[in-house]
Amino acid sequence: MTVAILSGFVLALLAPTLQRVADRRAGWALALLPLILSLYFATFLKAIGSGEVFHARHEWVPSLGIHLSFTLDGLSLLFALLINGMGVLVLVYAGGYMAGHPELGRLYAFLLMFMASMLGLVLADSLLVLFVFWELTSFSSYLLIGFDHDRADARAAALRALLVTGGGGLALMAGLLLLGQAGGSLELSSLTTQADTLREHPLATPALLLILVGAFTKSAQFPFHFWLPSAMEAPTPISAYLHSATMVKAGVYLLSRLSPVFAGSDVWIGTLTVVGGLTMLMGGWLALLQSDLKRILAYSTVSALGTLTMFLGIGGPLAVQAAMAFLLGHALYKGALFLVAGAVDHETGTRDVDRLSGLRRAMPFTALAAGISALSMAGLPPLFGFIAKELSYEATLGAAWSTCVTTAAVVTNILLVAAAGVVGLRPFLGQTLPTPKPAHEAPLSLLLGPLTLSVVSIASGLIPAMGVNELLSAASTSVLGQPADIDLALWHGVTPALGLSAITLLGGVGVFASRGLVRKSASCCGRVSSWGPAGWYELALRRMNGLAVGQTQLLQSGYLRYYLMMTVAATVGLTGYALLGRGTPATAWNWFDVKFYEVGLVALMLLATLGALLLKSRLAAVASLGVVGYCVSLVFVLYGAPDLAMTQFLVETLTVILFVLVFYHLPESRIVSETSARWRDAVLALVTGVLMTALVLVGTPENYPPISEYFVEHSVTRGHGRNIVNVILVDFRGLDTLGEITVLSVAAVGVHALLKLRRRSDSGSETSVAGPAPVEAAGMLTQKTPMGELHQEDRDAGDDRRGSSPIREGDKP
Amino acid sequence: MSTLLAIVVGCLYAAGVYMMLRRSLFKLILGLVFLSHGANLLIFTVGGLTRGRPPVVPPGATGLAVPSADPLPQALILTAIVIGFAVLAFSLALFHRGYQTFGSDDPDDLKVSDQ
Amino acid sequence: MTSLILRTATRFLLPLLVLFSLFLLVRGHHEPGGGFSGGLVAAAAFVLYGLAFGIAEVRKALPLDPRTLIGSGLLIAVTSTTFSLFAGQPLMTSLWWKVAIPGFGDLDLGTPLLFDLGVYLAVAGVTLLIILPLAEE
Repeated sequence: MTVAILSGFVLALLAPTLQRVADRRAGWALALLPLILSLYFATFLKAIGSGEVFHARHEWVPSLGIHLSFTLDGLSLLFALLINGMGVLVLVYAGGYMAGHPELGRLYAFLLMFMASMLGLVLADSLLVLFVFWELTSFSSYLLIGFDHDRADARAAALRALLVTGGGGLALMAGLLLLGQAGGSLELSSLTTQADTLREHPLATPALLLILVGAFTKSAQFPFHFWLPSAMEAPTPISAYLHSATMVKAGVYLLSRLSPVFAGSDVWIGTLTVVGGLTMLMGGWLALLQSDLKRILAYSTVSALGTLTMFLGIGGPLAVQAAMAFLLGHALYKGALFLVAGAVDHETGTRDVDRLSGLRRAMPFTALAAGISALSMAGLPPLFGFIAKELSYEATLGAAWSTCVTTAAVVTNILLVAAAGVVGLRPFLGQTLPTPKPAHEAPLSLLLGPLTLSVVSIASGLIPAMGVNELLSAASTSVLGQPADIDLALWHGVTPALGLSAITLLGGVGVFASRGLVRKSASCCGRVSSWGPAGWYELALRRMNGLAVGQTQLLQSGYLRYYLMMTVAATVGLTGYALLGRGTPATAWNWFDVKFYEVGLVALMLLATLGALLLKSRLAAVASLGVVGYCVSLVFVLYGAPDLAMTQFLVETLTVILFVLVFYHLPESRIVSETSARWRDAVLALVTGVLMTALVLVGTPENYPPISEYFVEHSVTRGHGRNIVNVILVDFRGLDTLGEITVLSVAAVGVHALLKLRRRSDSGSETSVAGPAPVEAAGMLTQKTPMGELHQEDRDAGDDRRGSSPIREGDKP
Repeated sequence: MSTLLAIVVGCLYAAGVYMMLRRSLFKLILGLVFLSHGANLLIFTVGGLTRGRPPVVPPGATGLAVPSADPLPQALILTAIVIGFAVLAFSLALFHRGYQTFGSDDPDDLKVSDQ
Repeated sequence: MTSLILRTATRFLLPLLVLFSLFLLVRGHHEPGGGFSGGLVAAAAFVLYGLAFGIAEVRKALPLDPRTLIGSGLLIAVTSTTFSLFAGQPLMTSLWWKVAIPGFGDLDLGTPLLFDLGVYLAVAGVTLLIILPLAEE
């Protein structure tokens, strides 16, 4: 099972290469993997149908109780088959749809990565594993929506989807951790067995609410639905795969998965039913108002997701079975319709339903697939959509508040019947209209998907006993936590549900006929939509950016000393606060403790410090610095630190040499700050000094005992060395030392680059001159601008830098 | 003595901070060195002062018999000294480079990147 | 700075100081010393040489380019941490061997000594790489 998940990631890495080698056949070749996986998962059907559950488990972080654990039960199996089955069709389709695209290999890679992540998500047993794959799907969705990243719209849509689902992901993580806390385990399989105690836990409700936020953002529930329609910026195969059949159902999957734990609680029923119902109605209504094929489908997907959520909220065997049947039916017809929309777009050059008509003549097979899927969406027998709809109506009739729920469902379905007509029938019937590209039939790769899905829709409608019954029963069993047996059939006799179906169909035809009127009347109140959640999102994003700009301008004044002042003040403030009430100096003032030469040493240090502060001459200041350094070195000598003394002595010597080398030839600086500024700085400096003195006095070993016993004890026995300092450096804390010498090397390389670079560009004047030297240096300092936006002059400088390319070559000897 | 050194640490910090806030890059770098001296002495003093007994195990023994200086702060300071030197060298090189292009020692003249 | 005394003294001091730095490195595990101070002494020796004869002479006198020193130092340090992997222990675990040398006694050899050698080379290289170009200005 683990291999099945990981194989997708591995193939994703290989996909670009394969694309280069196999070119047009790459899609077909890559589709072999999901095909094999589908067959592999299908072999489990019998066993799982008889109630078996499969587990796979690997140690991951055993110390934290985190395992890489996977479970395959009915629900997982349903999703795994959907993911892989759709994967086959979409990979083949993508090869035809994007043929000749220079980045096709990348698309395959992203698609496969998504497929593997999604598979991991639905198979995960550990909550953390689930979360990791959840985020991976958000991430690959971001990459796929923004696939045409040179278009600003695609980038904005990708970012929007990422921010919404990613934000939900954060809530989800908190919720899952709370759930794990409450249940004492991160494994779903053990959480579901203790549902009763878990529901009583005080953390259960907060956990549930946070998880719901995650699920609702992912599954595009109101008010988070707005990212899904804009995600239609993605190439159509992606919309079909991620944003209709699989990824958006991850939220539904999660809700189903947690259903055994939470179903029946008031929060669960209330939230899911209301939010799901609202989303369902709103999606249906908005779908009717669109004229872009893909947007119609997107909104009807939103509506379908709402329906699923609502059924899970209602709960009980009937509703859950309806949800599972609807999930399958929806994936079949919606996937097909998306692929058809793509094919139409590909062959005619437009997706505007008002400009498409009579395509049945030019594209008969596409029309056939579209027609079947649209009828399934409309819920006509003998297609699977009909069975799903009958089940839905039975469920709503049996629900609490059944009048309300049933009415909502009927209204939504009427709207969706009309939408199905607009998408699946309208473009293909009637008079032929001229299209931007002369229409002709799509190639096999584009037809395979829609036709296959249509055939499955018919077959599973006519003979549901052929595996579908078993699959959906197993899935419902997992969701309910108790055995459920579904016996799907086309004919249930004359029932209220059949009546409702008839009403729905008639109403739908009516709305379809009068849709022009509906759209006209709706456009009057179009302004309302600017107040919708999409508007809030834009507003929030603008405000956030504004806040960032504002605080950056406030804090990033551009004067070094103000940055320093901020840093110092913050340090002093925070350290001082932490120091308050941390005890008093432990040692009393003891004059006899001090030797006379120590007093002399201290006096010398203080004098030299004063000298460095006051002396006008640079050389004198450097000399004072040297005196301080050597005195520090003497302190080390006196107090048992010969290693330090030696190092300090050498470093101090080199420091003085460096200072002299750099400053010897420079003229003295004459800039003097104003008196007020000097007073201000002096006060800040004094406060810092007093604080540090206090820190030393409070932090004595009497107050805080040393922590070096381990090193002292084991230096000889384990470190084989008697110089404990050295043993700490090269053995006990060797990693720190390794880090340190790396930092040193980086600093040295930096110095080298700074100095050698300039020489190269000075002497390099024989060829293209890089422009005036100051500007070039400005470019070098421009690498981090606070706003991420280079101003004109800076950009010029940056170009100059690139143009002369001394940086890249500067390192050559 | 630790009280005296505490005062020295305070003075080094105060001098370092004051110098870093001056309008001269020379003073700024000088202040940086003072700060690192202050920090090193701070760690050294806080770790406890023991006169004249380095943390070296006598030959043949497996542990320190007499109370000796604490080796851990020393290890920390040893790395800090060398790192401080590298930072100083880098700042000096940066200053050198900046001075040759801008011809100024005043940090306020180096604002091109922040406009 | 072309003092004859300095030149003559430095000519002898350079090898002596380098030897001293190696001595510091070797004894560092048991007595004060070690890779850091050893590396600094070695670098200081060459800087002194530079003060007497000029930087160009230092470049000639150096057996290896400072960049090579840094690179080999880092490489040796990193490599020394990986030996434990072959012994089936976690990265950076120190390994020790007793090597008996006739007439000298047992010698305690371990990967941390190799690590210290890496530190020595890196520190010497870093110091030289910083000071030489600045002194050449």
